[in-house]
Amino acid sequence: MSETKKDDLVTLLIDDQEISVPKGTNVIEAAAQLNIEIPHYCYHPKLSAPGNCRMCLVEMGMPMRDRGTGEPIMDDDGKQKIGWMPRPAIACNTAAAPGMQIKTQSPMVKECQEGVMEFLLINHPLDCPICDQAGECRLQEFATDYGRGYSRFVENKNVKPKRTRLGPRVTLDDERCILCSRCIRFCQEIADDDVLGFVDRGSYSTLTCYPGKELANNYSLNTVDICPVGALTSNDFRFKMRVWFLKETPSICTESSVGVNTEVGSREGKIFRITPRRNDEVNDTWMSDSGRELYKQVEAENRLTAYRASGEEASPDEALDSGRALLQRKKTAFVGSGHLSVEEQFLFSKLADLAGAVRTDLVSHIEEGDGLLISADRTPNVRGALLTGLIEELPSQKLSALGEAIDAGEVENLVVYREDLLAAGLTKEQLEKVSILYLGTHQNDTSAIADTILPTLTVFEKSGSFVNQQFRLQRFMPAVPGPQNVGNDLLVLSALINAFPDQEDLSGIDHVWQEMGKNLAVFEDLLFLRIPPEGKLLEVPEKLRDLPYAEGKTLHFYPAAAKAPAG
Amino acid sequence: MATTPQEKRIILKNIDQDGYTRDIDCYLANGGYEVLKQTVTKDPADLCKEIETSGLRGRGGAGFPCGMKWKFLDRKSGKPIYLVCNADESEPGTFKDRQIIHKDPHQLIEGMMCSAFAIQAACAYIYIRGEFPEGAKILEEAIEEARKKNFVGKNICGTKYSCEIYVHRGAGAYICGEETGLIESLEGKRAYPRIKPPFFPAVLGLYQCPTAVNNVETLCNVKHVFDMGGEEYAKIGKPGNTGTRILCVSGHVKKPGYYEFEVGSLTLGQLIYDVCGGLPEGRTLKAVIPGGSSAKVLRADERYTGKTKSGEEFDWSLEDIPLDFDSLMAAGSMAGSGGVIVMDDTTDMVEALGNINAFYAHESCGQCTPCREGSLWMKKITTRMLEGQPRLEDVDLLKSVADQIAGRTICAFGEACAWPTQSFVLKFRDEFIAKAEKQIKESSPSREPALAETE
Repeated sequence: MSETKKDDLVTLLIDDQEISVPKGTNVIEAAAQLNIEIPHYCYHPKLSAPGNCRMCLVEMGMPMRDRGTGEPIMDDDGKQKIGWMPRPAIACNTAAAPGMQIKTQSPMVKECQEGVMEFLLINHPLDCPICDQAGECRLQEFATDYGRGYSRFVENKNVKPKRTRLGPRVTLDDERCILCSRCIRFCQEIADDDVLGFVDRGSYSTLTCYPGKELANNYSLNTVDICPVGALTSNDFRFKMRVWFLKETPSICTESSVGVNTEVGSREGKIFRITPRRNDEVNDTWMSDSGRELYKQVEAENRLTAYRASGEEASPDEALDSGRALLQRKKTAFVGSGHLSVEEQFLFSKLADLAGAVRTDLVSHIEEGDGLLISADRTPNVRGALLTGLIEELPSQKLSALGEAIDAGEVENLVVYREDLLAAGLTKEQLEKVSILYLGTHQNDTSAIADTILPTLTVFEKSGSFVNQQFRLQRFMPAVPGPQNVGNDLLVLSALINAFPDQEDLSGIDHVWQEMGKNLAVFEDLLFLRIPPEGKLLEVPEKLRDLPYAEGKTLHFYPAAAKAPAG
Repeated sequence: MATTPQEKRIILKNIDQDGYTRDIDCYLANGGYEVLKQTVTKDPADLCKEIETSGLRGRGGAGFPCGMKWKFLDRKSGKPIYLVCNADESEPGTFKDRQIIHKDPHQLIEGMMCSAFAIQAACAYIYIRGEFPEGAKILEEAIEEARKKNFVGKNICGTKYSCEIYVHRGAGAYICGEETGLIESLEGKRAYPRIKPPFFPAVLGLYQCPTAVNNVETLCNVKHVFDMGGEEYAKIGKPGNTGTRILCVSGHVKKPGYYEFEVGSLTLGQLIYDVCGGLPEGRTLKAVIPGGSSAKVLRADERYTGKTKSGEEFDWSLEDIPLDFDSLMAAGSMAGSGGVIVMDDTTDMVEALGNINAFYAHESCGQCTPCREGSLWMKKITTRMLEGQPRLEDVDLLKSVADQIAGRTICAFGEACAWPTQSFVLKFRDEFIAKAEKQIKESSPSREPALAETE
């Protein structure tokens, strides 16, 4: 972020504490910098501010000036007098102004908050015990913090539909809806799929989809995230787990090179949901629906858990020996993946060097990007493969050169990491000509014919880092333990490396980072645990700057070809 | 129809006169469009000055000075300026604009074209409420007539100025009368009022362009200001309360209807007894809502004391209150839309409030929490009170709910729905309490043993 110039700052007083914020900052955000919470429902930092929930009402005053002359009006102490507005103002849509004063704790503000809380609750069902939002519900939280604690409402509550299907992944409970309109604005402003709206009036207003349409875009589940109450629920997560039991692990989405920051919610070794983690430089507070389903690979039926040697199921030791033996042979080619972490790519590259690889390829997965949070490159870490030296140039779409090398008899052994070579353009005949050592997480046509298999872990079961399209180094942590007997990738790679003489043990991630720091200038002085939560932008080596990367524009990313807007 | 002697008819001059029809020929025969012909030869800036000089205040309800409204129009942006006529007359008790539209549509069109020229509007709209299908048809026909005579459309009266008027029908929502809600509706959206700031119509109005939104009666008045000159116009009425005002009287009077008076020229008592023929036989005056249902109710057996804007002390009975913007405000209510609702001693005030609350609960747009939930809550309370389960604490609860709405919403609907409740329970607290006490007494034989048993 560029540094804000001093004259672009405005200084205001919130609860008698001074704070300077960039021009245009609203009072909620300014107060947040002082650790003062101004409760709000409809306001969301990444959406427009409609100012309709009225929860963020505060008292506002401005320095007084003479109407005629424009001269400041002073009080007896020589300070400029403050003209307090007779009515409360909404903090969300009030921009900080020089000399502005805000009261967030005054009796009037407290009364406003109590009033709005009471109004929000009178027609809200008291079904917290069966509501998925309970535990992360703004209505619960603010009712406790800002409400009166009792109800004066003796009338009948409004009745509305309890189970409306808004789309394939989202279900709506209209009674719980507090009509904040966040979901509507998300669809209009972010997803560009304006399908939601209100029908009917007043307290009977009801959220609905346009007739004949449904909330089916690939970002629909963000509406569930931003819903401050339990009105919108995810069909996948609904009624599965109380949120307070979930362990939240920071992770990175592997769907594409955008590198969406995520949080993996798990309990007792089982993942229940993936939600976006805010990163204003990468994904704001959003993520795709498809990215949220990736946790299903952990317990997928085609998960690779069995070791194999000489084409037969084997013990881990036998499989490892078989792999080590293959690496001693000549005419071996390596095929890596953009799905591997930086650490894995580094070790894989090292392994290829030690084994005297004939060639090293990377399978590319280029599809169309969606312009938002899924880029054209559907792997998270091609940049990492370039930085670690696993590959020298961008991978070509098909592995035809490798195929020709096999046909020409130049390659007799293949070490394949995670990729399916048949899908990548090789033929069955070609693969039958070579011995294959396969490392990976899931079965595919290549693993099916591999002589040796060493199963590895998914992104949810290990630590590591990816370099996204911005050359931002981001790390992920293990959310759940891997399947029984399946080794950590680094452990497996290190064991293979140790088949060669005089090699250190590189199974620990810190050790790998020390080694990378020594060998690669771009990682100098970095350690895994020092990667900040928001990631670290790397200095891009000269030769990697102008490669014809596949990505087009996505949120917060402008390809080198297109000029990034100023600021 | 004979005009009442107290009246001074400017806007209603021709309306209801024998032989006066709404077609353009009749309008022209009565001097119609002469003012427009003169107006288009003048300097628009001077015309806006005339309006300022006239002191003309908006007739929609808020009484905001029209000249000031036009002055705020952002002329520097280079964006087109729009003129919107607010014909969404939906305040209960108000029925003046409909008369103008139905009986003298060309007066409105001439007023609009004069106004459009004065502010150099690129285009003008009439937003007419959905419940006025006939009015919309009449306006369409009248605009077509005027277009044929070159008073509307391209090169008005042979000048370089062109302006089209479009009629847009609402879909039946009270909130469309709120100017920013109206603009949203005109843009084809839900009529959710906009936040001010930044969306002041004069700067970011229709299609984010500067827009003047004026009431039907106000726009008709513009024509007369241009006709007689701002200074002459300002001589009618009282300083700060200039011109005439159409009052719509409904409720318990012998001759309800619409009447036009010099502002402040008569008192509420004169209106009720002299103009409207008094109350039905044997009845006594109980209360008056002087400016449409959202205005605060005034009680008959009460003294109204205080200081006027100009500093004069006053001590009025209800009948003494002069009917102008400032006097009614000083008495604790407002002139509003000019809908005077008269209630005699047969009126059950709880029922009256229940009726008003039902209306506002139905019409709240639902955008802001306090108004959305509060208006329905108040309705539910009054409905329950009327259906036989009033409680002693209801009167305070009603007031408290209303207090939690007013001043805390995006638009003035919050006040509009809170003021009736606030004023009814303030002025007629005794009636609300009595209702509850009566109910408790009547139902006590069955209740008391039950209570005794639990003890």
